[in-house]
Amino acid sequence: MARSINHNANTGALPDFRNFGILLRILLIVNGVALLAALLQVNAVRGWLAQFTENAALVEPLLILSLLVLAAVGSMLRRLPYALAIVTIMAIELALTVALHYASRALFFVEAHSLPRWLLIVALTTGMLLVYFDLRGRALSPALAEARLQALQARIRPHFLFNSINAVLSLVRQEPRRAEAALEDLAGLFRASMADNRELTPIAHEIELCRQYLDLEQLRLGERLHVEWHTEKMPPDALVPALALQPLMENAVYHGIEPSDKPGVISINIYAVRDRLHVVLRNPYRASGGHHAGNKMALANIRERLQLHFDVAAELTTRVGDDTYEVRMAMPYVKAKPS
Amino acid sequence: MSAPLRVLIVDDEAPARSRMRDLLTDVGSELPVMVAGEAANGRDALRAAEGGGVDVVLLDVRMPGMDGIEVAQHLRKLEPPPAVIFTTAYDAYAIRAFELHVVDYLLKPIRAARLQEALLRAAPSGSSKAEALRDLQQAPRTCLSAVERGKVHLIPIEDVLFLRAELKYVTVRIAAREYLVEESLTRLEQEFERRFVRVHRNCLVARAAIRGFERVDAGSGEGPWQVVLAGLEERIPVSRRQQHVVRELAR
Repeated sequence: MARSINHNANTGALPDFRNFGILLRILLIVNGVALLAALLQVNAVRGWLAQFTENAALVEPLLILSLLVLAAVGSMLRRLPYALAIVTIMAIELALTVALHYASRALFFVEAHSLPRWLLIVALTTGMLLVYFDLRGRALSPALAEARLQALQARIRPHFLFNSINAVLSLVRQEPRRAEAALEDLAGLFRASMADNRELTPIAHEIELCRQYLDLEQLRLGERLHVEWHTEKMPPDALVPALALQPLMENAVYHGIEPSDKPGVISINIYAVRDRLHVVLRNPYRASGGHHAGNKMALANIRERLQLHFDVAAELTTRVGDDTYEVRMAMPYVKAKPS
Repeated sequence: MSAPLRVLIVDDEAPARSRMRDLLTDVGSELPVMVAGEAANGRDALRAAEGGGVDVVLLDVRMPGMDGIEVAQHLRKLEPPPAVIFTTAYDAYAIRAFELHVVDYLLKPIRAARLQEALLRAAPSGSSKAEALRDLQQAPRTCLSAVERGKVHLIPIEDVLFLRAELKYVTVRIAAREYLVEESLTRLEQEFERRFVRVHRNCLVARAAIRGFERVDAGSGEGPWQVVLAGLEERIPVSRRQQHVVRELAR
């Protein structure tokens, strides 16, 4: 499942036309071009805005229509080879321009503008935007690689690693079977942290990782660690950035459970509402608790990767209550493609 | 053959204690050792070491509540004080400090050979280590400790109403009684600056316990101020130099 998504993400940098951030960028750039064009058309700055308004009457309908069409066929386009997708988008834009040209003449009796000139402008603007998104995609892929590296470093605290190995060692003589299971969990966690974490992964897989991690911590902390899962309303096929959950769990144990000698509860609530996936994680928190450093790094890392995958459509917020700490994550509900 | 070394294991994690027991058994063939007890927190560790039946304490640095560094400071007051060997899985700050002050420590997972070396070297923590431990203390201690008839009393810092310096001791006042501790008032003021406020050259009072201020000579409306503390008949005089405290705290 994850393979196919990775494959798509790497062939060319066709943007996701349903993403709010992408839409915003297109709107701003096209209107910027219209503003510049208006400045070039007029003789004095005085007539600039009037000229822009006149241009806008032609530009905006085409712009909005284009965005609607692209949003509708976007996922189909992304499945095409990049070159073919580019040609298709160009064809769509030119066709829309011609259609709008004749429609406006027929419906509103607008004085016909020179159609060839408009086609040229539309083609150039579309080309410019596609080059921009291609460059942006390229600029972000090293960022993704970098983020992956950071994820590797930020994750699995040495503190956790050495304490876990120590706990496993204590089991080897008396309870070899539990020691085996614990080592398998540890291997699973390391495999995940060393894997290519640039892609999105099914949330069920992330939760399996969390369970492996929590099993290991349970070994050390025993009765002190209680975990409540609320995943009844979780769509198991939802895709999330790899390693988006386990580091949060590690934070919760490190800051919420370890500093207290009393048992504590970590609660995880995952659900989808309409087209958005929500993750809410709560852990006990005492302001005077001993542990401090390291928390921000994992959060910053997850936030960055959410942004790389979903742009402004995802968010991660934290809230400190009287005796609880809460992390909320929301992102578009992207379904895994059935393999 | 000499008497076996009596070792107390202190760690909040049960598997870590069990691992240490195994290691001590392994070491036992070369060096006579016996497990004198186990404790999961600092308080229990002090109780276990109190009878004088412990030569060496293997002490985990990172524990909930009272951390290992604080436990070591209270343990030093025992007579005779046991030797302390710190254990930690990973704590960059502590390890650097241990190296700097030549304090014994072991890294988990611990090798039997390293444990044996450390036990052979273990010496009662001398007075030179007191400074080192204070440097190592990152957060304020949770308790003060006073020695009475060979027992170490732990005084939770939140119970303390005021601290008053007298000659070479500091009087620690809690609601029920008072203790004498060997500490410096200036150092206490630095360590617990958020909890106490200095009202006099020789006295710190707990901010949370202040119920108000009143004049020594209530009738005249003049004269120096004194502090009224919760649950205490005694009034604490505010010195002329600290009069500004009254304005800052009496809202």
